[in-house]
Amino acid sequence: MAEHSKSIPVQHIIGFVLSIVLTLLAAWAALGSNLPVKWIIAGILTLAVIQAGIQLFMFMHMTESESRNGHVPWNMMFHGFVLAAIIVAGSLFTMSWGFDHHPGKDDMGTHQEEEQQHGGH
Amino acid sequence: MSAHELKTGPLEYRTQEGQMSIMGFWIFLAAEIVLFSTLFATYAVLFGRTVDAPTPGHLFEPGIVLVMTFLLLTSSFTCGIAVHQMRKGSVKALIIWMVITLALGAGFLGFEIYEFVHYVHEGATMQSSAFWSAFFTLTGTHGLHVTLGIGWAVLLLIQIAKRGLTPVTSRKMFIISLYWHFLDVVWIFIFTSVYLIGMVV
Repeated sequence: MAEHSKSIPVQHIIGFVLSIVLTLLAAWAALGSNLPVKWIIAGILTLAVIQAGIQLFMFMHMTESESRNGHVPWNMMFHGFVLAAIIVAGSLFTMSWGFDHHPGKDDMGTHQEEEQQHGGH
Repeated sequence: MSAHELKTGPLEYRTQEGQMSIMGFWIFLAAEIVLFSTLFATYAVLFGRTVDAPTPGHLFEPGIVLVMTFLLLTSSFTCGIAVHQMRKGSVKALIIWMVITLALGAGFLGFEIYEFVHYVHEGATMQSSAFWSAFFTLTGTHGLHVTLGIGWAVLLLIQIAKRGLTPVTSRKMFIISLYWHFLDVVWIFIFTSVYLIGMVV
């Protein structure tokens, strides 16, 4: 069985280096750059998705053919990701969209009242 | 495809039972993605609702979070190497790399516990505000998964040391490696959407 295991796990090393680079890039974007906050958030979330992809495809043997592609239920994984996206985006859309919970940005008084009412439950 | 044992390929894929178990574990991981998505959604909705408690921007420290991230990232890598060694048939190398993996995981946990104690000391507890409840539930659930993973891996390593590499023990080892990589996937999102965004906003 040794014939199809390379002596150096090239894929793992590339994945590991890429993960470190992406982590540092995200940390720099968030803490060291002067980009607008919206761009930072969009950027680091994109980096996170790429890094998750590295784990899935380079570390977790998702595309390995030795099992004759019998070991990963792609439809289930897709289902899981879609549900996760709907839950997170849907919750934010219904609960937070257009609702400013930082009082004092423009009209201090009304927002603080709102904040106190909402803080009750 | 015959249901009988294959003669070549990684041990964990050789029996149909092994393949089905691995597939079943992927289904479990899909369910875990959904579980964590509910916690992320709760956290995102309650973001900023700290009432009188300290704000995340005030408490989060980039240094300790980066150290935790690198510990878990490296442990994911060493776990991958352990499976690589397993496929080369080396029990000894497998166990050495897994011990390194678990040591890194334990280091991660140590920092997380230190962090939680520090936050509680500063007045950010589960009870202090909606934001901190969501924070401790999300990061705590991840930490609990890491703790369970360490216990599970220790038991499995004892079994592997006793029985050697068989289709059954290889399959178990392969599955725990999937679990461990998955914990790193979840942590990437916690690192990004909790810590980095918490320090930016």
